[in-house]
Amino acid sequence: MSKITNEELLNGIKAKFDNDVTNISEPFGLLTLETSREKIIDLLTFLKTDAALQFIFLTDITAIHYPERQKPIGIIYHLHSLVNNIRIRIKVFLADGDVKMPTATGLWNGANWMERETYDFFGVDFEGHPDLRRILNVDDMTVFPMRKEYPLEDPNRVDKRDYFFGR
Amino acid sequence: MRTHPVYTDNDPQTEYSTLNLGPTHPATHGVFQNVLTLDGERIVSGVSTIGYIHRAFEKIAEHRPFYQITPLTDRLNYCSAPINNMGWHMTVEKLLGIKIPKRVDYMRVIVMELSRITDHIICNGVLGVDTGAFTGFLYMMKFREDVYEIYEEICGSRLTTNIGRIGGFERNFNHIAFAKIRKFLKEFPAALKEFEALFNRNRIFIDRTKDVAAVTAEDALSYSWSGPLLRAAGVDYDVRAMEPYSSYEEFDFEVPVGSNGDVYNRFLVRNEEMWQSLRLIEQALNKLEKEPSDIFHADVPEFYLPPKEEVYNNMEALIYHFKIVMGEIDTPHTEVYHSVEGANGELGFYLVNDGGRSPYRLHFRRPSFINYQMYAPMSRGMLISDAIINMSSLNVIAGELDA
Repeated sequence: MSKITNEELLNGIKAKFDNDVTNISEPFGLLTLETSREKIIDLLTFLKTDAALQFIFLTDITAIHYPERQKPIGIIYHLHSLVNNIRIRIKVFLADGDVKMPTATGLWNGANWMERETYDFFGVDFEGHPDLRRILNVDDMTVFPMRKEYPLEDPNRVDKRDYFFGR
Repeated sequence: MRTHPVYTDNDPQTEYSTLNLGPTHPATHGVFQNVLTLDGERIVSGVSTIGYIHRAFEKIAEHRPFYQITPLTDRLNYCSAPINNMGWHMTVEKLLGIKIPKRVDYMRVIVMELSRITDHIICNGVLGVDTGAFTGFLYMMKFREDVYEIYEEICGSRLTTNIGRIGGFERNFNHIAFAKIRKFLKEFPAALKEFEALFNRNRIFIDRTKDVAAVTAEDALSYSWSGPLLRAAGVDYDVRAMEPYSSYEEFDFEVPVGSNGDVYNRFLVRNEEMWQSLRLIEQALNKLEKEPSDIFHADVPEFYLPPKEEVYNNMEALIYHFKIVMGEIDTPHTEVYHSVEGANGELGFYLVNDGGRSPYRLHFRRPSFINYQMYAPMSRGMLISDAIINMSSLNVIAGELDA
C-alpha cells in the first residue's frame, strides 16, 4: 500500500543520520529504530519537513519502563506519513535519574498532551514544554504509576507468577 | 487556527469573570471541566481539566491475559464499544499471526459499521439538541435501540458489549440477528433521510453551526486530529482506506471530506459516513452469503475458548480451556501497533509483549484524548453558546478521553 518501502525510508534517514540510528528492526513491517536524546528533535524535524518523506502526522508519543536495563525509560514516537502511507517508530532510551527529553511541541501542537501524559505516568521531563503538568492523575500525586516498581496488585501474591507456568 | 478576535479595550475597569463549565454540566455530555475566563459571553481563555474517570486501564492491562483485556476496551468509547473490541482482537491476532477466515472479517465489518452508525447517531443527535432541536435526537434514538437489539442477539449485551473473541466470534449470528440487521437496513435509510431533511437546509441550524469553530487542515494535522473531524477539515485520512484491516479493501465505499472543518461540515461528514456504513453492511451481507455459513471463528484452539459442552466432555478442549484461562500459552516477544478507524478517529493499540501471560506494556492511542486538546485553544474568542456546540461536535467520550 505504501508508496515508499522501509528500505528507501531507512536509506533516506541514514544519508543524514548514519551513526545516530541504531537497533533497526521491522516488527510486523513497521520500521523501528533507536536514536539518542541529542538527535531526536533533528530526526523528527527531518522526517516531518523532508519533501520526499513528509511524516506530517504525529500518531502517538508514549513511554515504556524496563527496570532491569541500564537505560530503563524508553520514549516511543509513532509517526505516519499520510502522503506516502508509511509509518515509523522511533525510540529513545534514557538512564534513570536523568529522564529529560527535548519537547516535540515545537513541531506538532498535538505533542502537548501526549507529552503531558507521558510525564504523568513515567516522569519524563520534557524540557521546553509549555505546560508540563499531570493530566490524568491528581496533581498532588508523588509517584509515576506506570513504572514497573508500582505493582497494581498486592506484591506478595504469588498465584499468578510466570514461573508456575514454566517461564 | 481561526479564532474570533477577542474584544479587549485595555480598559483597566474591564473585569473578567471565571466560569467553571463542568465537570457535571448538562451541556458537556460527560465529565469534563473547563475553567473559562469570560468577558461577557466571550471566552478569553480556557483551561481543560481531564482525568475525572481515569481508571488506569493501561496498568490493569499489564496484569491481565489478552482475552480479559477486551472488557477494558469496551469502556473506552462506550458509544461504539464493538469497534474497540474488534480493534483489540485484531491487534492480538496480528501479534500471534492468526489467519482469520473471510466470513469472520465480513461479520466484523457488519458489527463495526453498525456501531459507527450508533456513534454518529448520538453525536449528530446531540448536536441537534444543543442547537435547540430535540426531535431529531429522539427520533434517531429508536434506531440506536434497534442496533443494540442486534448486539443482544449476537453477544447478549448492549452497551459494553465484549463482542467477539480473539480469533472470531463466540457464536454464530443466528437467524434473528440477520433478520434484525436486514430490518434495520430497510428502515434506517428513510429515517436518516428525514433527519437530514430536518437539519441540512435548516436556516436556524446553519446559522448556529456554519463557520463555527472552523479548523484548517494544517491545524487539524498539527493537533493530530483524526476521524470525521480531520476529514471535515479536508484531509481524506481514513484508516479503513489507507491501511485496510478486516478485508475492507474488498469493499466499495467512499470517504466523505469536508472543506473548512466547521461544526456544520463535521455534521455533514458524519451523516455521509452513516450512508457509507449502510453501503458497507449491505455489501458484507451479500459477501456472507457466498461463504460457508458455519464458520464464525479461526481454527486456533490455543487461543480461542472452546464451547463449554466440549470442555466438560472432551480432553483436548479441557486442556486448552485451562491453558487459555491460566494464560499458559507462549506468545512472541515482539511489539505491534495496530489501528482501526474508530468512530472518533484512529484508535491505535501499541502492544509490547514479553511472552508472559499479559502484555508487558499496552498503550491505547485514544482519538478523543488527542482530538480534545485543541478545544481550549480553539475556544478563545468564541461565544459560550458556540463553544458548547463545538464540544458536542467533537464527540468527546469521557471514557476514551480518560482511559
